[in-house]
Amino acid sequence: MTDTSARRLPTLAVWKFTSCDGCQLTLLDCEDELLPLAGQVRIAHFLEASRESLPGPYDVSLVEGSVSTPDEIDRLKRIREVSGVLVAIGACATAGGIQALRNFADVDEFRSVVYARPEYVQTLDRSTPASAHVRVDFELRGCPIDKRQLLEVLTAYLVGRKPNIPRHSVCFECKARGTTCVMVAHGTPCLGPVTQAGCGAICPAYSRGCFGCFGPVAVDGAPAANVTGLVERLRALRMADDDIVRALRTFNSAAPEFSDAVPDGPSGRTR
Amino acid sequence: MSTPTAAGVSVMDVSALCVLVDVLRDRGYAVIGPTVRDGAIVLDELDSAERLPFGWGVTLDAGTYRLRRRDDGAAFGHAAGPQSWKSYVHPARERLWSRDGDGPVVAADETPRRPYAFLGVRPCDLRALGILDRVLGQGRHPDQGYARRRDGVFIVAVECIEPGRTCFCGSMGSGPAAEEGYDLALTELLDGSGSVSSSPGTPTYLIRSGSPAGTDVLAELPATPADAELVAHARDAVDAAAERMGRSLPADGLRELMVENRESPHWDDVAARCVTCGNCTMVCPTCFCTTTEDVTDLTGEHAERWRRWDSCFDLDFSYIHGGSVRMSGASRYRQWITHKLSTWHDQFGSTGCVGCGRCIAWCPVGIDITEEVAMLRAGSPDERTTAGDGAEGPR
Ligand code: SF4
Ligand code: SF4
Ligand code: SF4
Repeated sequence: MTDTSARRLPTLAVWKFTSCDGCQLTLLDCEDELLPLAGQVRIAHFLEASRESLPGPYDVSLVEGSVSTPDEIDRLKRIREVSGVLVAIGACATAGGIQALRNFADVDEFRSVVYARPEYVQTLDRSTPASAHVRVDFELRGCPIDKRQLLEVLTAYLVGRKPNIPRHSVCFECKARGTTCVMVAHGTPCLGPVTQAGCGAICPAYSRGCFGCFGPVAVDGAPAANVTGLVERLRALRMADDDIVRALRTFNSAAPEFSDAVPDGPSGRTR
Repeated sequence: MSTPTAAGVSVMDVSALCVLVDVLRDRGYAVIGPTVRDGAIVLDELDSAERLPFGWGVTLDAGTYRLRRRDDGAAFGHAAGPQSWKSYVHPARERLWSRDGDGPVVAADETPRRPYAFLGVRPCDLRALGILDRVLGQGRHPDQGYARRRDGVFIVAVECIEPGRTCFCGSMGSGPAAEEGYDLALTELLDGSGSVSSSPGTPTYLIRSGSPAGTDVLAELPATPADAELVAHARDAVDAAAERMGRSLPADGLRELMVENRESPHWDDVAARCVTCGNCTMVCPTCFCTTTEDVTDLTGEHAERWRRWDSCFDLDFSYIHGGSVRMSGASRYRQWITHKLSTWHDQFGSTGCVGCGRCIAWCPVGIDITEEVAMLRAGSPDERTTAGDGAEGPR
């Protein structure tokens, strides 16, 4: 065995952009695995865990959150420059997050309504994923991300192999765990058939339809989900177009496969 | 194939099912059978026959499954549910081996602690188990894990007198009568016929043995020889079921149809509706494809190899150096149905479809294998009767 005290440990940095911190919490939530992790990596920057911040470069950077201010664009570019591997984590960093709902509305308008001095608020009119601005080595989906998948990605990069993150539908996980399909047996609308697996199909296991937290099934950035096909079925289940649009534009609003699946979005929601 | 005669057939009432489950459990079997859970009739380990879905039926259609109350006490008055017996003999996930550091590779032994007894195996599923035996249990490299789980499984088949609306075993030659591969076969009669004192709605069972193990168990059941008239009556009921299949898939020319239609525009038509979710392959009792995954812990010291179900609808399924071969939904659906109905013959000497109808009922968007074949035969996507026209293809 290697003596971990003698060898230089790879450095890990965790960065926050526009987000709720839930994905970073997933890392803290690793409890049993945190100590072994600390034995394998030097956590160089992770403000949610420690105020200590070591200078870069960093072997692995985890980026949480979407880009929603001009500042964030510059900061993300600087982080890219000092990072060996950059992994975008969570729906915000991979598909704009809930805040990408602004992409379908007039930001100036609600900024003027919400803030007493709107001119103090510097914000972009779009919330975008990290990949819109810098090269991203891996996108880990989810709102929030799944702890086992996060550990798998970290482990894979530590030993220099490809992360084993399936790119199939949530339905695979439903069937593997023996959950009865809520769409077929209960008539409950479900986004599982076009949503990438990773959560373990939690919602259908509690008789809820999948909310699409892990975003559309896609491979190497190319869309692979037939969301239109599912929309047809949701309509047949008497789901109104407005509701379908709302279901698809929740956590991964900036993913075009989801946001553009209903061609004529309700008024005021077109881009 | 044995034609049951009155001499080989016994009759018993519903209380004998409890004895049957108890006898099997006493003999060390884990009894797996149908039971109601989460709005469906699922398979689970039964600690007593009381957990059977007495009085429950199902209403099936493409993409729809609804549990409903029956007006009789049938225990087996339902067609194929969301799982098949495949889940037990060929589970969704299985550890193959593990290794610590430079230590030896330790093969996982995932043999069930107790052998399974499957209670309520439909004739189509009986045929499906035969197909899995051929694919996984035979050949030059039998799957050892499969063999360990499959060996010594005690099978109680139940013939069908009431096919579901998605059933078409009659077309595939795999039902509704149980012909071989069982230890015991039951026919559930609900019309009050039978020598045991019973009223309409209370089930009576004809039972026959298909193996020495079956004969052994049958000897412990409170069953009496059935008279020839009752046996003939049951036979008629099963034969009549063949005429009442909810769907059909005429077998003639099917193999050629698939081969000749490799370039049919119909595949794009299906692909506009199919969401490539993979449910059809996972509920199919004969789809057997798997992939392997290696996992390591954070230190890299402990490694494991797992095998899990895969599906030709998964993009990574056809991943070879540089990318996936079957990117479009059209090519993935074509692969699935062509293998099931045509190239399976070339590979394993039989059809890969037993007509259980699961892929029809459990497809979340209601794609129907029998209808897709009918459309291919008709030669034009416009012949279609279902909704979904105008939908855009995946790419
Ligand atoms: S419940 Fe949803 S995710 Fe699960 S199998 Fe059905 S459609 Fe797929
Ligand atoms: S046919 Fe139905 S169940 Fe099969 S992959 Fe397509 S949509 Fe899913
Ligand atoms: S292809 Fe469909 S009908 Fe045929 S055996 Fe598989 S699930 Fe049953």
